[in-house]
Amino acid sequence: MPGFDFSNYNRNAALHAQGVPLPKATSTGTTIVGCIFEGGVVIAADTRATSGPIVADKNCEKLHYISPNIWCAGAGTAADTEFTTALISSQLELHSLSTGRKPRVVTCMTLLKQHLFRYQGHIGAYLVVAGADSTGVHLFTVHAHGSTDKLPYVTMGSGSLAAMSVFETQWKAKMTQDEAVKLCSEAILAGIFNDLGSGSNVDVAVITPDKTTLKRNYIKPNERTQKLKSYKFARGTTAVLNEKIIRKEDLGNFVSVQEIHVAEPGDKMEVDV
Amino acid sequence: MSSPFSINGGACVAMVGKDCVAIACDLRLGLQSLTVSNNFPKVFQYGDVFLGLTGLATDVATVSDLFRYKVNMYRLREERGIAPKTFANLVSSSLYERRFGPYFVSPVVAGLDPKTGEPFICGFDSIGCIDFSKDFIVSGTATDQLFGMCESLWEPDLAPEDLFETISQALLNAVDRDALSGWGAHVYIIEKDKVTKRLLKGRQD
Amino acid sequence: MAMFSQNPLMNGPNYSFNEGPKVNAPEGARQHRFDPYTDNGGSTLAISGADFTIMAGDTRLTSGYSINSRYHPKVFKIGGTTADQHDATLCLSVVGFAADGEALKERLDAICKMYQYRHGKPMSVKACAQRLSTILYQKRFFPYYVYAILGGLDEEGKGAVYSYDPVGSYEREQCRAGGAAASLIMPFLDNQVNFKNQHVPGSGEGHALQERERKPLTRSEVEILVKDVFDGAVERHIEVGDGLQMMVITKNGIEEIFLPLKED
Repeated sequence: MPGFDFSNYNRNAALHAQGVPLPKATSTGTTIVGCIFEGGVVIAADTRATSGPIVADKNCEKLHYISPNIWCAGAGTAADTEFTTALISSQLELHSLSTGRKPRVVTCMTLLKQHLFRYQGHIGAYLVVAGADSTGVHLFTVHAHGSTDKLPYVTMGSGSLAAMSVFETQWKAKMTQDEAVKLCSEAILAGIFNDLGSGSNVDVAVITPDKTTLKRNYIKPNERTQKLKSYKFARGTTAVLNEKIIRKEDLGNFVSVQEIHVAEPGDKMEVDV
Repeated sequence: MSSPFSINGGACVAMVGKDCVAIACDLRLGLQSLTVSNNFPKVFQYGDVFLGLTGLATDVATVSDLFRYKVNMYRLREERGIAPKTFANLVSSSLYERRFGPYFVSPVVAGLDPKTGEPFICGFDSIGCIDFSKDFIVSGTATDQLFGMCESLWEPDLAPEDLFETISQALLNAVDRDALSGWGAHVYIIEKDKVTKRLLKGRQD
Repeated sequence: MAMFSQNPLMNGPNYSFNEGPKVNAPEGARQHRFDPYTDNGGSTLAISGADFTIMAGDTRLTSGYSINSRYHPKVFKIGGTTADQHDATLCLSVVGFAADGEALKERLDAICKMYQYRHGKPMSVKACAQRLSTILYQKRFFPYYVYAILGGLDEEGKGAVYSYDPVGSYEREQCRAGGAAASLIMPFLDNQVNFKNQHVPGSGEGHALQERERKPLTRSEVEILVKDVFDGAVERHIEVGDGLQMMVITKNGIEEIFLPLKED
């Protein structure tokens, strides 16, 4: 269905057979959590993306939109979480357009697990799916191989143990929204400070049957301190051997631009706005 | 056998300044430790957007031509140039299409938004995950060195002339500590009404 | 072999993180392994000035994705006559495998102390540097997995920095970074300490442009540089953080400074 292109596959497999290592994908080393409260559900994530021991992105978005009432937190291979959620989001949109109903969380979870199971774990997306629909409030985890769980509080990613330790000591049934937001962000903070794969800020999304609020950078506990000195260079410090300036106004010298006269308004091409 | 990303070597960096962006690359093409060419630019201009490509040289050539074709087709269909943000999404989906047989490249996109003139830069991994950034993007075999340089040299709101010094110093000093990159550099400073391309003097060893 | 297998998902590579290149082991072969080393992350740095040397290191100790300690110093005073090392004149920084680092430091310290007792004077940096090289090379085939840097003042009172590889190859240098973030820090040091790639504006055209003249930095300039460069390394390297330990070696002794770093 998504139409992957395997035309480089044999070349790369041949290289791999000769001992060439696989490419290093950007991974969301990640802490992601979710928690149900009385009347809604909260999901939260850190914002660090890593490539090996190097931080590739200090403030990336790991909370993905599925539909207005369903959001997804992603861990694992960053490209896979991004594209898998976008694909399912699009399928759900079409589905709800054709049925005339709002999408359900179980539908989303099922589409995700069927897609991931088909690829036997090769699509490295580990997801926390949360949402509210006509059947109530739901929270699921979906693993890359296609297995799913339904629990009142969940954690995933390399910081899942740090985050789970917070849930296991502080979680209680029937929390208020504020309590759930506080608990989830504390679980993410535990991941940020105790897991090297997680870091930077806390993103939170609160979903209730009537509205969703995305709190991007809800907590910013790791702002960079002011540099003690400016490292601006004096102009002319770098040795230049050759310089070429192309101005927009001179572009006419490189390309010939011809205005096409349109005789009658009726001849104009009709264009969708 | 070494990783396909480090057979040919090369480095690329993009930075945001005040109402301008910069993108720069080294010029080396090598086969492991043997340098084959000192004139292999890795930054490509497609109208108003710029694409930097590091990684396996054969894929750099293939992918740069592929996107030249795609950008030209876009211009013919839409009768306008492609915006950097649109181009970034085109790069991303084209790379993810080959999720299970990727091109061994790490692209960097830089440009100014054609409507607002807002600076835009972003980077990708080889399977199309976009890294949006407000400061700088690095790629290639000198990634670590470039991160170290950019993280300490870069500051917000640099004027085009200052941005040129900062990006050039970041690149030159980074590639001098990487055996697989260097041999001169190209730097593009992109402003609203003009593009300045400079050839830098770098170590030839 | 599944090199040109028609079904791409069978036996082929899958692009995950923890899978290394596949090795074609003979049928029925069993491999026994002994892994005595761990990489404990962290980073160190040393810069010598006209009459001082500054050595610095972060205080984080890691293994894998875990933080084992937020305060584990990597820079040590060496060769003092007492346990608190108040009269020490040399500094050793070690990064890599923490247990080997600790062992190496203890050994070099003991040797410096023996030298002091036998000769009634502290060991010179030059002598200590050569001795450290010998210690490392003695374990050529079961090395201390450590990147060491030795700092002090030479016979003329000038700052001296000696850097080592794990098997004892060493060199006196102006400045050196070691450990996990060495590749991030070193090019910046080239640029800001040795003014590499910098020229005098307006002194000529193209190839004729004159290089900026090298002059040693002052103590306060170096302290600022060290803090800024570590802040940069903390931002981009996950194994660097928590605290910054700085040793300033002058003719009046060794001053120790602690500064906080980000803890994420």
